[in-house]
Amino acid sequence: MLDQTRSNFHGMVREDHSAMTFSVKREVFVSPEVFEGELRALFDSCWIYVGHASELRNPGDFKTRNVAGRPIIFVRGRDGEVRALINSCRHRGAIVCREREGNARQFYCMYHGWTYQPDGSVKSVPGEDAYAKPIDKKEMGLMPVPRLEHYRDFYFLNFDRDAVDLKTYLAGATKYIDLVTEQSPSGKMEIISGTQEYDIKANWKLLVENSVDDYHLIATHATWVNYMRNSGVNMTQPKDSGLLLPTKGAGKDLGNGHLTTDNPNYRGRPVARWISLYGEDAKADIDAIRKELVTRLGEKRAARVADTNRNLVVFPNLVINDGSSVTVRNFYPVSATEMRVTAWALGPVEETEAQRARRLHAFLTFYGPGGFATPDDVTALESAQAGYAAWRDVEWNDLSRGMAKNDEQTNTDEGHLRTFWRRWRDLMEKQT
Amino acid sequence: MSQGEVAATRAEVEDLFYLEADLLDNWRLDDWMKLLADDASYYVPPNDKPDGDHRFTLFTIADDIVRLRERIIRLKDPNCHAEYPPSHTRRLITNVRVGASEGDLIPVFANFVIYRYRRAEPPRVFVGHYRHKLKRVGGSLRFFERRAILDAEELGALGSVSFLL
Ligand code: FES
Ligand SMILES: [Fe+2]
Repeated sequence: MLDQTRSNFHGMVREDHSAMTFSVKREVFVSPEVFEGELRALFDSCWIYVGHASELRNPGDFKTRNVAGRPIIFVRGRDGEVRALINSCRHRGAIVCREREGNARQFYCMYHGWTYQPDGSVKSVPGEDAYAKPIDKKEMGLMPVPRLEHYRDFYFLNFDRDAVDLKTYLAGATKYIDLVTEQSPSGKMEIISGTQEYDIKANWKLLVENSVDDYHLIATHATWVNYMRNSGVNMTQPKDSGLLLPTKGAGKDLGNGHLTTDNPNYRGRPVARWISLYGEDAKADIDAIRKELVTRLGEKRAARVADTNRNLVVFPNLVINDGSSVTVRNFYPVSATEMRVTAWALGPVEETEAQRARRLHAFLTFYGPGGFATPDDVTALESAQAGYAAWRDVEWNDLSRGMAKNDEQTNTDEGHLRTFWRRWRDLMEKQT
Repeated sequence: MSQGEVAATRAEVEDLFYLEADLLDNWRLDDWMKLLADDASYYVPPNDKPDGDHRFTLFTIADDIVRLRERIIRLKDPNCHAEYPPSHTRRLITNVRVGASEGDLIPVFANFVIYRYRRAEPPRVFVGHYRHKLKRVGGSLRFFERRAILDAEELGALGSVSFLL
């Protein structure tokens, strides 16, 4: 008899503690049913990243974007408050704001001409006297998302009214966001102008894995490693560590499905670790940034901030890579087999022109659709997705690296990837 | 040649564009490098800030000559997975214009359509315009600054810009 209480998504993640294996069914990368299930189990009930406070400097500033499949206006009202409004007219649904970004005195619906204030409330309705009662300006305003909260200027929304608060949800991820924001003397980071938006023909979960998977570095990014070597960066492998790169990195479970790598830095950081690639004239400047950091945070904390690289996944679909530069990367499934990626650069608001230029230069060496690494990641993900066409025949992906270890997982183990999959399994199996 | 005068004819600039297109479409990258000035740079601005400055705007590509040389090393390497095997490309360059000189730099403009084909992938069409700055090196025109500006609102289905625009 069929067990009616069991979710359709049961048994997609298999953990075998005697054989020390961990497998994920390839069906989860191709199935439209799984995709639909994820929209409800994950995207309608988790905290989903919307944007950063720095993107809305002035009252009236707005960005329109797609968040969790909905058209959203991310806007700062004249009262200074940041809101996320559903960008669909309360009259008969048209997209009210059709621009990418700007500063609005009002939002004007081009269909019948309703207008809305930047706080979402109705401003005017043409021919209002045809209604039995006057339109309730607040009640009939652009619908705010059920929940919107921020942690250190990173705004997240939640479509589940009853969800736990953002800080509780973020769990151990807050400490890693702190390490990012502490690079700024005032604790203020900003999204730098210029957006990288590109599609990958692969399931979105593959980018979660890829963003924190240090096992792939040598094979996938051979040309980048080569470039770093050509530029005088020491990329030799220490004999004793058994690792693939000169790091004694760790992969960590941060609770609630969040995870991170935590690696000693060897390839330079704008805040604040000089490498030859930056050029001799940058040395004094980086030293000065380092000095400020030590004065403000103390020797130990400064080293924690400046001498480690961390690729953080905030479950389910936000990645903050704090390495040779800081990138904020967000991605949404368009279907089971395709995702849309948006990536930004993040930097301290205090940065000088030279420091900012150095940060952006470092960003582009590795990251982005024109970088020396990301295009090869895209190829790897699309290649895996192509392989999943045979999901009925070759049923399982293997993520068992490090399973036998009792101690800390290294960054080239798959322990932190398993963190994601366990959370995914728990939420999906609750779905019916 | 003094400020403001046209320092190259359109025919001369078109010859350079067509030669370049031929070299790039045939992946003769070392020969292509010879068309660059020693201090050349190469920019692809982000789709949402086509007029941005790479010093304060996150670009898709902003290479100085050092990184551009490394990019060529990468593109010739079979480990450049995104371009292995190399894409088949075909460039159509039109609407060529020559601007008024700025010192020893000659601004030139053109429209481009680049068709890109890869096995088992949909054809991708990169449409945009060039805003280059040329200069004369030993009498020949060389690229001092190459800037390829895409018309697409976002890269979207174009995916990566892993080959040279
Ligand atoms: S749909 Fe917006 S005014 Fe009618
Ligand atoms: Fe990668």
